[in-house]
Amino acid sequence: MTEQNNSESLAFAQAVLREDIPQSLVSDNKVVETENRVVEIDSHALNFGPQHPSAHGVLRLVLEMEGELVARAVPHIGLLHRGTEKLIEYKTYQKALPYFDRLDYVSPMCEEQAFALATEKLLGIDIPERAKWLRVMFAEITRILNHILNLTAMGLDCGAVTPALWGYEEREKLLEFYESASGARFHANYFRPGGVARDIPASLEDRIGVWAKEFPSWIDELEGLLTENRIWKQRTVGIGVFTTEQALAWGFSGPCLRASGVPWDLRRNQPYDNYHKVDFQVPVTRQGDSYDRYLVRVAEMRESVKIIEQCLNQMQPGDVKVQDPKFSPPPRADMKRSMEALIHHFKLFSEGYHVPAGSTYTAVESPKGEFGVYLVADGSNRPYRCKIRPTGFAHLQAIDELSRRGMLADMVAIIGSLDLVFGEVDR
Amino acid sequence: MADISVNPRQARLEGQLCSLAFAFLSSQPHVSYAAVEKGELVVRTTRAHLVPFLTLLRDDPRYRFEQLMDLCGVDFPARPERFEVVYNLLSVTYNRRIRVVVCTDEYSAVPSVHHLWPCATWWERECYDLFGVLFSGQPDLRRILTDNGFEGHPLRKDFPLTGYEEVRYDVERRQVVKEPVSLTQDFRDFDFVSPWEGMLTLPGDEKAHEVRQGMKRSGQ
Repeated sequence: MTEQNNSESLAFAQAVLREDIPQSLVSDNKVVETENRVVEIDSHALNFGPQHPSAHGVLRLVLEMEGELVARAVPHIGLLHRGTEKLIEYKTYQKALPYFDRLDYVSPMCEEQAFALATEKLLGIDIPERAKWLRVMFAEITRILNHILNLTAMGLDCGAVTPALWGYEEREKLLEFYESASGARFHANYFRPGGVARDIPASLEDRIGVWAKEFPSWIDELEGLLTENRIWKQRTVGIGVFTTEQALAWGFSGPCLRASGVPWDLRRNQPYDNYHKVDFQVPVTRQGDSYDRYLVRVAEMRESVKIIEQCLNQMQPGDVKVQDPKFSPPPRADMKRSMEALIHHFKLFSEGYHVPAGSTYTAVESPKGEFGVYLVADGSNRPYRCKIRPTGFAHLQAIDELSRRGMLADMVAIIGSLDLVFGEVDR
Repeated sequence: MADISVNPRQARLEGQLCSLAFAFLSSQPHVSYAAVEKGELVVRTTRAHLVPFLTLLRDDPRYRFEQLMDLCGVDFPARPERFEVVYNLLSVTYNRRIRVVVCTDEYSAVPSVHHLWPCATWWERECYDLFGVLFSGQPDLRRILTDNGFEGHPLRKDFPLTGYEEVRYDVERRQVVKEPVSLTQDFRDFDFVSPWEGMLTLPGDEKAHEVRQGMKRSGQ
C-alpha cells in the first residue's frame, strides 16, 4: 500500500517537474533506480503562488523542496503582462505617460520621471526650476510611500502585523499630498515631458513641511518594532545573502545593490533634475542579507525626509512647465480669448508633438533601484520603441541564487526584501 | 529664462566618452560605428565579435562595465537585418554607460552573453519572446512574458496591436477558450500627420498650383 502511494507521488512529482522545469535545467546525472526511489520521495515540487498573499502580487514560484530546504526556485512570470511597450508605440508621447503609473503602482511618480526625462532629452528642452524642485520632492515622497509599503509588508510576511497597520495610516497622509497635487491618489500622471501637470495648491507646501517634521518619529517607532526585534532578526539576518560580485553580475540596483556594499545611487552618481543641489547621504551596508536591505531602506526614508525639507526651503514661485505652447497646453483662461491658444490646445491633444529622431537610455533611481527607459524616436508623434527596464525583473531572476539551500519560510523574507511589484516586472 | 544647470559631471563625462569612442573605432576593427549621441556612448559591432568585445568591456581595467543593465530588441522591418539587439552596460567603477548594438534577422542567432552576466538569461528570453530573436548558446530559451501556447512575437512591427487570438472563459464549456479576435469596431489608427505642414498643393487647388509652378519656372 505504502509502496504504491510512494510510486504514485513520485510519478506526480516527476510530471510536475517535467512540465515546469526545462530539460536544460534538469541535471543529467542519472541516479540508480533503486536509490532514486528513496531520494525522490523526500523531494517534491511546491507551487508558491500565484495567489499566495506573500507572493506580492502574481508571482508563481515552483519550488523544488528537499524536506524543508529549497533545492531550486523557478519563478514563472508574465501573469500580469499587459503589453505596455506595444501599446505605447501606438500612443502619442503624452498619452504614453499614464502607462508608467500602472507599471510600478507603488511608486508611480518615479516611473513617470524616467519617461519624462527621456522625452525631454530627445526634445532637447530644459524644464523650469520650480518644476525640477517639485519633481524631486514628489519623487522623494514616492520613495517613502514605496518603502513604507515594502517594509511593512515584509514585516507582515514574517509575522509582524503592527507595522502594516501603522504604515497604512502614514501612507494615507502621503497619498493625500498626491491627491492635492495631481487629483489622483495613485495613478497621478503628474510629471509630464516639459515639467509637471500643474502647480501645487497654496497650502500644500506647509502641510508637507508639518508632515516632514513629524515623520522621523514614525520611523523611530517602526524601528522600535523591528530593528532590534529578536524574532525579526532571526527571520532576516543572514537570509538571502548576496555578495558584491554576485549583486553586480545579476544586475542588481538600488537598495539591493547598496545592501551588498556598492555605494551606488543614481541620484548621487548621475544626478538628474535637481538632485545635485540637495545634500543627502547614501546608506550602504556590507552583509547583503535581507536584514541589510531592510536597514538600507529605513535609512533611505530618513534621507528622503531631509531632501523633502531642502526642496521646500529652496523652492521659489515660478513656472512649472516650459512656456512653449508646442509642448505644454495653454491655460484654460487663454483659450477663451485667444484663437492661437485654442489651436495649440487642439493640436497638442490630438496630434501631440513630434520628437526628433534619436534614441536614449535614461535611468532614474526609483525606490526599487534603476528604472530605465530606452526610447527610440523616429521623428513622428509616437515613440518608435519604448523599452522599459524594470528593476524587479533583474532582482526576481536572482531568487534561485538567493534562496539556495534556504528554508521554505525564508523564501517570504527574501521575496519581501527584494521589493517586487509585478505590474513592473511583467509590464 | 530658467537657469540651465547642467549637472556638474556632464561636461567631463562627455570628453571621456568621446575618447572612448575614438579608442574603439581605432583599435577594434569590427566596430563599425562609435559615437556620443545625446551624451550617451553608442557602439555598433557585429554578431561574430560581440562576445569577445563584451568580455573586453567587462574585464579590461580601462573599461570595467560590470553590469548589464538592459538588453532589448528593436524592430526595423525595412532593413535587410531587421532587428537591433541593444546592450546597455553600466560601469559602477568609472560611472559610465555604454550602449552596444548588433543587428540580426529572424534566422541568424546572436551569441548569448549569459556566461558573462547571469542576468542576461531573462533579458534574452524576453527578447526572444517579444521579437523572435534567437540566441545561440542560451540553454533556457523559452517564452517568458506571454501566455502559455502563445504564437507569434508581439513586439514585431508587423504584429497587430489587437493580436490574433482572444481568450475568454466559456460558461457552458466551463473552460477557458481561445478564439480569433473579433472587434465590434475596426481598429482605428490615425496618423495625425498635419495636412498643413509640407503639403504644397491643397486638395482642389492643383490647377492653380501648376500655373504658379509654371510661372516660377518661366521666371527663372
